[in-house]
Amino acid sequence: MKTGQDDYLKEKIISLYDLPIGKWATVNAIQAEGITRRRILDLGLIPGTRVEALRVSPGGDPKAFRIRGAVIAFRKEDAHQIQINYKGE
Amino acid sequence: MTRGSISAGLNELMEEASRLNPGGSLKISDSIVSTIYGRAEEIAEGVVSRQGTPRIDWDKKLDDILTSRVFGFPSMLLLLAAVFWITVAGANIPSEMLATGLFWLQDRLTEILSWLHAPAWVNGFFVEGIYRCLAWVVSVMLPPMAIFFPCFTLLEDSGYLPRISFNLDNLFKRAGTHGKQSLTMSMGFGCNAAGVIACRIIESPRERLIAMITNSFVPCNGRFPTLIALASLLVMGASTSFGATLIVVGIVLFGIVTTLAVSWTLSKTLLKGVPSTFALELPPYRKPQLGKVISRSIHDRTLFVLRRAVHVAAPAGAVIWLMANIHVGDLSILAHGANWLNPLGQLLGMDGYILIAFVLGIPANEIVMPILIMGYMSTGSMIELNSLEALHRLFVVEHGWTWLTALCMMLFSLLHYPCATTLWTLHKESCSLKWTALAALIPLGVAVTVCFVVAQSVRVLGLL
Amino acid sequence: MGLTRQSCGSGAANENFGRGQTSGADYVIALAGNPNTGKSTVFNSLTGLNQHTGNWPGKTVTRAEGFYNHRGLTFKLIDLPGTYSLLANSVEEQVARDYLCFGRPDATVVVLDATCMERNLNLVLQVLEITSRVVVCVNLVDEAQRKKIVIDYQLLTAELGVPVVPTAARGGVGLDKLVEAVSGIASGRIKTKPCIVRYKEKIEAAVQVLEPKIKKLVGESFNARWLALRILDKDQSVLASVGHSLDRNNDPANGVEGAVLV
Repeated sequence: MKTGQDDYLKEKIISLYDLPIGKWATVNAIQAEGITRRRILDLGLIPGTRVEALRVSPGGDPKAFRIRGAVIAFRKEDAHQIQINYKGE
Repeated sequence: MTRGSISAGLNELMEEASRLNPGGSLKISDSIVSTIYGRAEEIAEGVVSRQGTPRIDWDKKLDDILTSRVFGFPSMLLLLAAVFWITVAGANIPSEMLATGLFWLQDRLTEILSWLHAPAWVNGFFVEGIYRCLAWVVSVMLPPMAIFFPCFTLLEDSGYLPRISFNLDNLFKRAGTHGKQSLTMSMGFGCNAAGVIACRIIESPRERLIAMITNSFVPCNGRFPTLIALASLLVMGASTSFGATLIVVGIVLFGIVTTLAVSWTLSKTLLKGVPSTFALELPPYRKPQLGKVISRSIHDRTLFVLRRAVHVAAPAGAVIWLMANIHVGDLSILAHGANWLNPLGQLLGMDGYILIAFVLGIPANEIVMPILIMGYMSTGSMIELNSLEALHRLFVVEHGWTWLTALCMMLFSLLHYPCATTLWTLHKESCSLKWTALAALIPLGVAVTVCFVVAQSVRVLGLL
Repeated sequence: MGLTRQSCGSGAANENFGRGQTSGADYVIALAGNPNTGKSTVFNSLTGLNQHTGNWPGKTVTRAEGFYNHRGLTFKLIDLPGTYSLLANSVEEQVARDYLCFGRPDATVVVLDATCMERNLNLVLQVLEITSRVVVCVNLVDEAQRKKIVIDYQLLTAELGVPVVPTAARGGVGLDKLVEAVSGIASGRIKTKPCIVRYKEKIEAAVQVLEPKIKKLVGESFNARWLALRILDKDQSVLASVGHSLDRNNDPANGVEGAVLV
């Protein structure tokens, strides 16, 4: 039974790409390695960072997120390499 | 201490570092980045605060429209059409004024020379050749450039350009290339050489090459006047500005489609590879500094066009006059060349004079039209070229043009090899003779194929 | 990017073999910052038409440099490529880092976006690890004001340990104070005590082991702590750059000219 209280929402680990528009989550881990990993980290996506999904491109991809005050868009393949903790359905 | 021993010493320390960090257990990279960001977060939290909420979130509102499913693509198309229309319509009157002024000057120069009893060839070479070509290029090129470049810079200043990348990225991904190619492509509208340099924003060498090679499929400012003149010829009569804009937009869209198609082909054949990581920042919208941008850009463009006119148009005018007035046998060199190229021209829906104009137009795209006009005029009666009607008379009446000729010339102008400046820049950027050659041959191949197919289909289908 | 006269002609891809400190300028200042912070506006506002664009030697990365005068002294301003960090993940970052480290500018200005401080501070902290002669320029304060963002500049100065100057380069606001601060740092009038980032225990311990050994090798010419961190991070490109820089310094033919990266 949904009551709207956070306690009843389980925290799951999903990929950044699957974060619904308008919702936020915190970064859990980065699965990429090498230069890609460092680039993603350099943008501020270190574990514990809060991200909010803002919008999707009219072409379906990429998706734009708010990260530490800036808006950054990621493609599906790259967003899938970032795991987040999300409270929601 | 010598360099060698320092290097050795440092390498030793590298090894010691490995010992201090067995098997990467300390996860140094991650830790360093995390720590620095952690400190940054700390400082920011203490230093930055919000004083109430802002009234309207303009960034969100604008992006909600400009990148939405419904309005995203139409708004881009509309913006493209608007910029072209402003350039086409806005350049008309200044071009006419410049043309009238410069050609008035041309007549005065001829008068002076005849007063000085100078031989006919002096007037021919300097006034009819060099000066006329120069005057034509300045009067035709300067107004559109002085309008388009400020428009583009305003768009850039406002922060809109990354949104184009955001909207089109999926298309470019499917074509196997980088999303930022949409930006370099946009810059190519201004100048293909600048577009090639802009490809530096693409890091992966493979994707950078694809972007550089396909950059010339969008018409640079040097080709605009040619396309506009030809489009105007096609719709002569009813609402010329509007109709011409529509046709130009159509041609440009075709250029974009070709860009995607050729990119796709390249990424499957010569430049195979995997797409690279793509993180695009969408900066906040900023109100562009209208006054500064416009005045700076206009000043900039004027100097550029004048310098180019002197370096490229003047010599071209000299060459074409010489070719048209030096006779071998009973025909001028120009006529010989045109006749020799004519069969090929006809196959492609054009004629020999048009092909020669394109060949001689390799240094810069803006001189193709003047060369063609001068080439035609040298075989017919002398008329003043100051209106669309005159152009119509020259092309259609005197040289047998049809709508197919205009269409094929537009297509060839759109798709052919990049100008010499762009090729030179490409060579510098790619440091490879092979790719520079391909960057010239691939567009040429595409242009020839498309024109051939269009010309033959139209004839076969009896549409002409 | 930008469609300007310089970017369209055939000379735009030319290499610019920038000489060291002494080419007609009293001080050389480096301009660093994240992309999209209005860094080029700051650059253009200070140098006006007195600027020139080319390439960093051997690389297809744009280099812009210009001049401005202040109190009778000439300042040469070098616009480094916009980067998110200096950990050398791309050619731009390597160029920027190498210049800060081996090009020895007399002062470095780091331009920040007032509406995006957290992300921008990351770069400042990294720059402070390399050099202490830094002026922090918080740009786009007009935008921040519009978004009702308030920044405590005094606290920021205290935290970072270097001068902080708020500016709105588009309107020319704050640039005079910026130029004043730069002049102070470059001449040595203003001393700074930059904020040092402390890492995890085990990493700091490793740095303690390596730092004195590095000092013995390269002396005072390089920031030993920073080098130690880079060596621990297995950064090969740094070692190569150190080598090249030492080459230039030791080559008598170079005379007094400072190191210019390759």
